[in-house]
Amino acid sequence: MAKPSSPRAASRSKASATPPVPNRERPPEPERYSASREEMLEYYRQMMLIRRFEERAGQLYGLGLIGGFCHLYIGQEAVAVGMQSALEVGKDSVITGYRDHGHMLAYGIDPKLIMAELTGREAGISRGKGGSMHMFSVEHGFYGGHGIVGAQVSLGTGLAFKHKYAGDGGVCVTYFGDGAANQGQVYESFNMAELWKLPVIFVIENNQYAMGTSVNRASAEDQLYRRGESFRIPGLQVDGMDVLAVRGAANVATEWVRSGKGPILLELKTYRYRGHSMSDPAKYRSREEVQAVRDKSDPIEHLKKELEALGVSEDELKAIDKEIRGQVTEAADFAEESPEPGASELYTDVLVGRY
Amino acid sequence: MIQAINSALDVMLGRDPMVVVMGEDVGYFGGVFRATQGLQAKHGRTRVFDTPINECGIVGVAVGMGAYGLRPVPEIQFADYIYPALDQIVSEAVRIRYRSAGEYWIPITIRSPLGGGIFGGQTHSQSPEGVFTHVTGLKTVIPSNPYDAKGLLIAAIEDNDPVLFFEPKRIYNGPFDGHYDRPVTPWSAHPAGEVPDDYYRIPLGKAAVAREGNAFTILAYGTMVHVAIAFCEENGVDAEVIDLRTLVPLDVDTITASVEKTGRCMIVHEATRTGGFGAELSATVQERCFYALEAPIERVTGWDTPYPHGLEWGYFPGPIRLREAAKRLMEA
Ligand SMILES: Cc1ncc(C[n+]2csc(CCOP(=O)(O)OP(=O)(O)O)c2C)c(N)n1
Ligand SMILES: [Mg+2]
Repeated sequence: MAKPSSPRAASRSKASATPPVPNRERPPEPERYSASREEMLEYYRQMMLIRRFEERAGQLYGLGLIGGFCHLYIGQEAVAVGMQSALEVGKDSVITGYRDHGHMLAYGIDPKLIMAELTGREAGISRGKGGSMHMFSVEHGFYGGHGIVGAQVSLGTGLAFKHKYAGDGGVCVTYFGDGAANQGQVYESFNMAELWKLPVIFVIENNQYAMGTSVNRASAEDQLYRRGESFRIPGLQVDGMDVLAVRGAANVATEWVRSGKGPILLELKTYRYRGHSMSDPAKYRSREEVQAVRDKSDPIEHLKKELEALGVSEDELKAIDKEIRGQVTEAADFAEESPEPGASELYTDVLVGRY
Repeated sequence: MIQAINSALDVMLGRDPMVVVMGEDVGYFGGVFRATQGLQAKHGRTRVFDTPINECGIVGVAVGMGAYGLRPVPEIQFADYIYPALDQIVSEAVRIRYRSAGEYWIPITIRSPLGGGIFGGQTHSQSPEGVFTHVTGLKTVIPSNPYDAKGLLIAAIEDNDPVLFFEPKRIYNGPFDGHYDRPVTPWSAHPAGEVPDDYYRIPLGKAAVAREGNAFTILAYGTMVHVAIAFCEENGVDAEVIDLRTLVPLDVDTITASVEKTGRCMIVHEATRTGGFGAELSATVQERCFYALEAPIERVTGWDTPYPHGLEWGYFPGPIRLREAAKRLMEA
């Protein structure tokens, strides 16, 4: 508020000139990856693992074994699996937000350790202190698991800086959501990443909603792949429900970034089937909307059909399903049986040094 | 308490056309805790609206709106998300009046749920009030029950200074006695759960004596008021519990009167200990009541650690820690 009648100077703005036509190099349009039968089976297996793992996590939540927040990845499996299949564990790094179970599974992290973290147990990957949103694995170059929306985008940019600094040939894949794409620090990071030509692949997982807010209700530019343009970061829009399309785009992106051309932005159009978290009744969209996506573009069903067309037998797929069910049950049992962390864990790892 | 907050916003939107409510998912969705449910439908989309996820922008824009005459009530969905907005609060909202020598002021009320007890883990459980009580030019309010929440929120919105209004989320649905394994009792069973529909205010800067007693004084706010009262009842302890309600400005008179009567003082908060608001309280009591004190002041607080997911109740300063502190206080 102001004191009444404070004088204010009026300012006039001039219309700016028409923007110049971009004449810089662009990455090629990605093609759908032509995967071998074995690769496709492996994608199927990984996507199925994520789906069944998440379904079980949902059940454990319902039983009260998982508390607090739990964000399921169901529907988005093709994104993590397609992207991660193009990376090298041990060389590249990955960072994401709180919807992180899928990325970890796709990166080959042990489901038992993940599930035990969800239940807050000592054997969990963060010793029960992180929970569903905050999980890490140095061994896999997985840098979390972050509960603060958008924060990981700057961190991923820093990870990429280290890849470049060390000249280790690695890239950092930095995942974030359509909602996170509106945080200011995302753009601070874009600018630095391009300015310093950092090997970072920014992946926007556009699942159309940020909690209850659909993209076009929160984003002035809702074609999110264009969000890097004013920083000269090329962007590609990709079908995130098709694992082979994702892998094709991942190939283009890794090539671009590894060759020193700086960052690239991928917008992966996907969809989450469940509520934002376990406590979200998802009243902001209709059941029909969700069902239509499931029917038309489910990433697992999609791949399954292609596998069948390749002559993979029903039995072969069933065997995979069975193996996965076993793995998930084992993870759930492990997570239930592991003890809670001891009270002394409270004070460990607050600092690297000591107070 | 959710309904009380909703009612306060509703009343103020109705009374003052300059009031606007904004934040992530507060409009269409009605807020993640349902605090703004129905407000957009009733008051329209220009008065109650969704923002993108950008806390720095939310608060910054609200500060500008406030400078030009609106009374914005932005919501930060969890207190843990307030840090991106810290700069706009600390460098802009609270300083504009001083640096413009009174030309402009910023009548915003930032609402935000704080505290643990819901297994939120490190990024959904914090109590950052101490970060803000340290900031000059900012008022900090933390209600402990529905009746107070409504009256204080109305007073905060009407206040011409920036106010941070923290809502302890653990007591949104009922008072909490500190025993996490017991079922939640609803507010309907509590006298302060009764909230009039109409306008009323509770002035900022006035504490309440939540329980009378003589053995010692417990200074608490938010969730811990109920934990402290339950501790007294369950253990037959005759302590006086002061519910601060507003941390800044602080009701020093009520605190002083109580400590002078009892001669002993325990300070309880959920936030971490070092540099927490308890330290300020302790210093104030020492300055004001030194000659009345019969024992060193006790602080019962969260540990100096992040709020863990798995060891949530190990972090929470519950009945056991209160009992130990009470023993030390009475034996000294
Ligand atoms: C700084 C911050 N603000 C708000 C939140 C609350 N929040 C958690 S997830 C979320 C929605 C994010 O949506 P999006 O980025 O699209 O990711 P999705 O959940 O769809 O995977 C919000 C608002 C938060 N965790 N951190
Ligand atoms: Mg989203």
